[in-house]
Amino acid sequence: MSIPVWAQLAYLAAAVCFILALKGLSGPKTARNGNIIGAVAAVVACAIPFFYLDLDHVPLILVAIAVGTAGGVYGARTVQMTQMPQMVALFNGVGGGAAALVALLELHEITSGAGDEPGWFILLATAFTILVGSVSFAGSVITFAKLQELMTSRPVVFPGLPVVFGLALIGALVLGGLLIGDAGNGSGMSAGIVLALLGLLVGVLLVLPVGGADVPIVISLLNAFTGLTVAAGGYVLSNTLLLVAGTLVGASGTFLTLLMAGAMGRSVANIMFGALKGGSTLGSGVASDRPVKSAGAEDIAILLAYAERVIIVPGYGLAVAQAQHTLRELVDVLTARGIEVDYAIHPVAGRMPGHMNVLLAEAQVPYEQLKEMDEINGEFKNADVVLVVGANDVVNPAAKTTPGAPIYGMPILNADEAKQVIFMKRSMRPGFAGIENELLFEPTTTLFFGDAKESLGKLLNAVKAQ
Amino acid sequence: MDEGVVWLTIFILSVFVGIEVISKVSSTLHTPLMSGANAIHGVILLGAIIVTGSTDNGLALSIGLVAIVLAAVNMVGGFLVTDRMLQMFVRKKPAVRAAGDGADS
Repeated sequence: MSIPVWAQLAYLAAAVCFILALKGLSGPKTARNGNIIGAVAAVVACAIPFFYLDLDHVPLILVAIAVGTAGGVYGARTVQMTQMPQMVALFNGVGGGAAALVALLELHEITSGAGDEPGWFILLATAFTILVGSVSFAGSVITFAKLQELMTSRPVVFPGLPVVFGLALIGALVLGGLLIGDAGNGSGMSAGIVLALLGLLVGVLLVLPVGGADVPIVISLLNAFTGLTVAAGGYVLSNTLLLVAGTLVGASGTFLTLLMAGAMGRSVANIMFGALKGGSTLGSGVASDRPVKSAGAEDIAILLAYAERVIIVPGYGLAVAQAQHTLRELVDVLTARGIEVDYAIHPVAGRMPGHMNVLLAEAQVPYEQLKEMDEINGEFKNADVVLVVGANDVVNPAAKTTPGAPIYGMPILNADEAKQVIFMKRSMRPGFAGIENELLFEPTTTLFFGDAKESLGKLLNAVKAQ
Repeated sequence: MDEGVVWLTIFILSVFVGIEVISKVSSTLHTPLMSGANAIHGVILLGAIIVTGSTDNGLALSIGLVAIVLAAVNMVGGFLVTDRMLQMFVRKKPAVRAAGDGADS
């Protein structure tokens, strides 16, 4: 089929809009507009084929679009900000699944007789889309399950996993090769389905060994995968917009993955396959019974009353307890008394890079109080009190001192340099990375046990009562 | 120019554009950027519509409709959830009066 010139130009315009959207999304002032430009372009682009193609089944297609739209709107509206990473994973997964299905249909179309003998490169791109789309789908589902705690967030490794993984991968590649070499005989669709199943298996096995703390990197990587499958799908369908949009996402997603891995001081290979080498098994999920110093709200209120400089280290635990608003109130009270208060935001605070900024923005914490790690790390030694709320791994000195620890090499916030450290924790259980935090046992550290919201509420009252 | 080379050219140039446009992103925006990029590949919906609309086989039609539903979830949900996140960043608060009640007591 040939695409009329006006439609090709419209696709080009949409592609330019996607570039502008990504450009906008990378700056704080332009981000929202960038996203809106992308959304409008995507909606308009999807309307184009209705005007130049003589599409069958239009009512059914419209119903399907309506169903998907309703699902997307529902998910996007109801998701809590704390669950954002798994939502992104899920949206990404269904996109990958859709790309795989589209390629499967196209394979059926081009191998079922009618028309010219398809070129090997088209078949390669089709097989690639089916395989990688399925990997992305299955991997994202496992990622979702890990983050939603439907399954353990710890690395899952069983004996022989690398072997099964290797066999599945080799099987998929061989099958892909057969499909390309031997297309015309009508078995295209069934080979495609087997290829998709192998892709699902590879996706599951790829993500199982990744530990909970590293899952965001996987989301980003799978996002790039889906982008590339969409690009390949664009080639298969001779659609420039899909090619450009998919490639943009594939390239920027890959780059973003490397940036994030860099912020965690890890290589992507180490994150994906580290557990297979036994590296991450060092962590343990058990609570320690070593002695620690703990105190109640009144004592901590007094500590805060004598402080001139307070730094807050917020973590995911804060968000889970929905305590951001209480924390902001506490900070407002302290600021009103002339105490200088800042939030120290670790690049991977929360469950995903930049996640904590979203969570605090939701609680209307002024943007100026949020300090990035490099900006604030020099100031910890001047801080009278550091209040660690629901964070753990990002202040764990093991990242500097214990080679072999799962987080070794990750840049951390230098909370240990402060005069006093107050840890608000629910229990002595270790953090997401599953390793003990030496900082808890330092003489300058005081623990304040309890649910973050309750504890902050008590602390707020104690501070106000002074 | 050979058609395959044209496609390859578009692909390679898009790779560089994709990297270039986000190269200066701050870590603050990593999450919305990932989510927004995620929404953009939801445009596979376009492909799903084209393929589904030109099929004549019952099984293929149902697979196509599933693909449309999935792609629409990806695209619509992706853009909306990104907007929800960014909405919070944009809201510039005129320095809130520190929750007046009891602050001075």
